[in-house]
Amino acid sequence: MRINISRKKIRDSFVGKVEEISGQNLLACYQCGKCSAGCPAISEMDILPNQIIRYAQLGLKDELLQSKSIWICASCFTCNARCPKGINIAEVIEAIRQILLRKREDHLKIEKLSDAEKSNVPPIAIISSLRKFTS
Amino acid sequence: MKISYYPGCTLKNNAKNFEDSALYSLKHLGVEVEELPRWNCCGTVFSLATDDLIHHVAPIRNLIRVKESNSNRVMTLCAMCYNTLKRANERVKADPESLDKINQFMYREDINYEGDVKVLHLLELLRDEIKLENLAKQVVKPLKNLKVASYYGCLLIRPKEIGLDDIENPTILENIMTSLDADPVDFPYKTECCASYQTVDKPEIVADRTYQILTSAQEQGAEVVALSCPLCAFNLDHRQKETAKKYPEFKNIPILYFTQLMAIALGCPEEVLRLDLNFIDPKPILKEKGLI
Repeated sequence: MRINISRKKIRDSFVGKVEEISGQNLLACYQCGKCSAGCPAISEMDILPNQIIRYAQLGLKDELLQSKSIWICASCFTCNARCPKGINIAEVIEAIRQILLRKREDHLKIEKLSDAEKSNVPPIAIISSLRKFTS
Repeated sequence: MKISYYPGCTLKNNAKNFEDSALYSLKHLGVEVEELPRWNCCGTVFSLATDDLIHHVAPIRNLIRVKESNSNRVMTLCAMCYNTLKRANERVKADPESLDKINQFMYREDINYEGDVKVLHLLELLRDEIKLENLAKQVVKPLKNLKVASYYGCLLIRPKEIGLDDIENPTILENIMTSLDADPVDFPYKTECCASYQTVDKPEIVADRTYQILTSAQEQGAEVVALSCPLCAFNLDHRQKETAKKYPEFKNIPILYFTQLMAIALGCPEEVLRLDLNFIDPKPILKEKGLI
């Protein structure tokens, strides 16, 4: 995959928005990769957690907003617990999800789930997926 | 000892076996449990966005209910409720400005919240107040020779600021199992995420995770898995159906709430355990060990 890096992208308001919503300093990351090493979900991800931070630093907005990874992360906080720089990676991923959800771009279409699918799972599962995947 | 109790939604239906066995055990241990009046949903997940205060209103409103019932602490059983209530509490305690905003938003409440309620989990109550040596003294039916793998999941121990035990190697559940005379089995996946709410629309991911977690426990000799989160319980128990479909060599293993095992050891009648709500039938192994 070819990725274009430009000053324009780095200066895009997207970078500031991610930092503001997440409350994290993206430039603190020195790419040690501990977040991705401990992540239980990487087999399902297209952009790994450490790459998400790098992409966010570089303002690679389209790549991040279209990635599968942001909807795979279930906020288990293993990355946060192990980051030697104290960056909360789960919060950064939440911020990217929020940028889409705040434009009413829901990820979960609850109406597409069958009654059987909905009634089988416990209420906490339904509520938390709605909280994470819808606006 | 008297304690306020916040049940949360799932303890009243899918996880009734968790609630009933916990309440039986606490009564047996001399704890008077008082369910909060008018409790509402905690929101299940703590909002991670810095500018999102509205989602902290629900947990804080429950803490007002605690104050109204003349208490200054509240116990939870569900790991998700514990995490959400405790994190929201810590969040507003550290940031008086946002607490003020939340109080203003809830202007129809009779009292303001002042950050003075303590949120604790049953596991902490057992370890720090009831004490495990006292629990051990109450055991009438020791869980002899039952090999139990304890699974923690995420939300009881992460993040560190609210975790109730060591973040990488918690041992509180194993210590409880030892007090009940069971044989605790250590395994490397005890704090690995079960994929949580992905179970709603991506059960295949949960099947992979369930396979990894449970086969790891089985390789260490576990006969049952004990846990404390109703969503982990659903994923590791009910999703064994999907797991077996995807991995034909997978062998089922019963999943129990730690409170069900504790209640058995304290002499609880079988009907209180609500074993009918456990998907993989734990009765054969419990009968084999002479426990029911």
